[in-house]
Amino acid sequence: MDTFLQQLINGLVLGSVYALVALGYTMVYGILELINFAHGEVTMIGAMVALTVIGALVGAHVDLPGIVIVLAGVLAAIPACMLLGFTIERVAYRPLRNAPRLAPLITAIGVSILLQNLAMIIWGRQYISFPPILPRTTYHLGGATISVLQIFILVLSLVIMAALVALVQKTKLGRAMRATAQAPQVAGLMGVNINSIISLTFIIGSALAAVAGVMVSAYYGVAHYYMGFLLGLKAFTAAVLGGIGNLAGAMLGGLLLGVIESMGAGYIGDITGGFMGSNYQDVFAFFVLILVLVLRPSGLLGERVGERA
Amino acid sequence: MASLLEVHDLSVAYGGVKAVTGASFYVAAGELVCLIGANGAGKSSLLKALTGMVHVSHGTTKFQGKAITHLASHDIVARGIALVPEGRGVFSRMTVEENLAMGAYTRQDQAEIAADLAQIFELFPRLFERRRQAAGTLSGGEQQMLAIGRALMSRPKLLLLDEPSMGLAPLMVQKIFETLRAVSKKGVTIFLVEQNAKLALEISHRGYVMESGKIILTDTSAALAINPEVRRAYLGE
Repeated sequence: MDTFLQQLINGLVLGSVYALVALGYTMVYGILELINFAHGEVTMIGAMVALTVIGALVGAHVDLPGIVIVLAGVLAAIPACMLLGFTIERVAYRPLRNAPRLAPLITAIGVSILLQNLAMIIWGRQYISFPPILPRTTYHLGGATISVLQIFILVLSLVIMAALVALVQKTKLGRAMRATAQAPQVAGLMGVNINSIISLTFIIGSALAAVAGVMVSAYYGVAHYYMGFLLGLKAFTAAVLGGIGNLAGAMLGGLLLGVIESMGAGYIGDITGGFMGSNYQDVFAFFVLILVLVLRPSGLLGERVGERA
Repeated sequence: MASLLEVHDLSVAYGGVKAVTGASFYVAAGELVCLIGANGAGKSSLLKALTGMVHVSHGTTKFQGKAITHLASHDIVARGIALVPEGRGVFSRMTVEENLAMGAYTRQDQAEIAADLAQIFELFPRLFERRRQAAGTLSGGEQQMLAIGRALMSRPKLLLLDEPSMGLAPLMVQKIFETLRAVSKKGVTIFLVEQNAKLALEISHRGYVMESGKIILTDTSAALAINPEVRRAYLGE
């Protein structure tokens, strides 16, 4: 029971980060039917920018609480990633808007590799550690423990997701985004500037990725130029699990994937009699991806695949 | 009389294949003008060219005396042109109300938008009954009403319609055309593209006839309706 509760907490925390990144995949797919494989790298850049700022502040012995320093890092990472997301769309994807679908997909992989290498040149190959400036308090909950950082990640993710849902469902801008996703040409006939909406979609997705990047690096205590690859693939898996193109699906898929992974890691030792350990954690995400693609390609909440209204 | 819309020598080509060749016509303020022609004559391409949905390869379009030939759809719409697209093009996963709100996207005057919405519901009581329903669940005729209502929500100076009778039961077609006549009487200028030549000529003031991408004939609708050539080719005689 203790393991179950503990792994559930860990899974939800991890899953909420997956959900934030998955939203970026699913929003772009909803409008362009493009899988933006560079999105994981945007998350990585967010972590790197934030850590650079945090490192500089800590190095300068600024007399501020740790949480404020981290916040400064986040506030630097968000606009940096927004600019990056906007630029990627403008430079790499927009010229290919009417090209066969394979072209932007391959370009996305190219952008991903480009960003990894740029990050390697700027920040080096070594792991960059997250300074231990955040409060370490933990609370006991049943037989499990939960840290302040975990609570913070979970709550902030949920608040951001709720805000995004409100934006998309309740505002004029959100309505224009949904209209563009359903029928871009007709949205244009209503007076919607499609290009602005597409740019905005990339900008919002990238802002979420920036926050997620800082969360992941704070949670694991490190950042690395290659961290976006696996994180991106898992978030993509989460988006597919929930039904790609569907916002609620990305959130559900993210949380679910986090819990599946965490449960898998917690119990794999018992199940295999100690033959496999929790280092096989990553296997579960891709096992889920294969299962979804075979059994329900449209995902849990997805309704349409291939065809659109 | 000054023309609201003036099209001069307009051509549209898809990868070398010409869909519209040198079309010239005008629509004066307050008129209801129709464009009739067989399937594939280039009527839809012409409307798409007017609204920036396809590239104009040659010629000019002027609206209120200003060139709009190569503007993007959203810029053209902002000047006061609304199109009811072929096949209606409602946002099927949005509610009826949301679809109508999209029609007023370029407007800011909340009070007047609300007043216009009430008018649309008066014009189409069926839409009011179904205002919270997803547009995709409506019947074809209801979707056509929604598409027309949505276009009117922008308070257009010029309303363009692409085959509003397509795929509808005769009774519903009658209703849609009566509505168009009423909208026209209220002072909205209308350019109607239609395969149903009989009805289109009945409600319009003037007409153009299109064949193989070219405008081959124009006259008052009353004159076109008794023109032997038109009667033979489009009125089934």
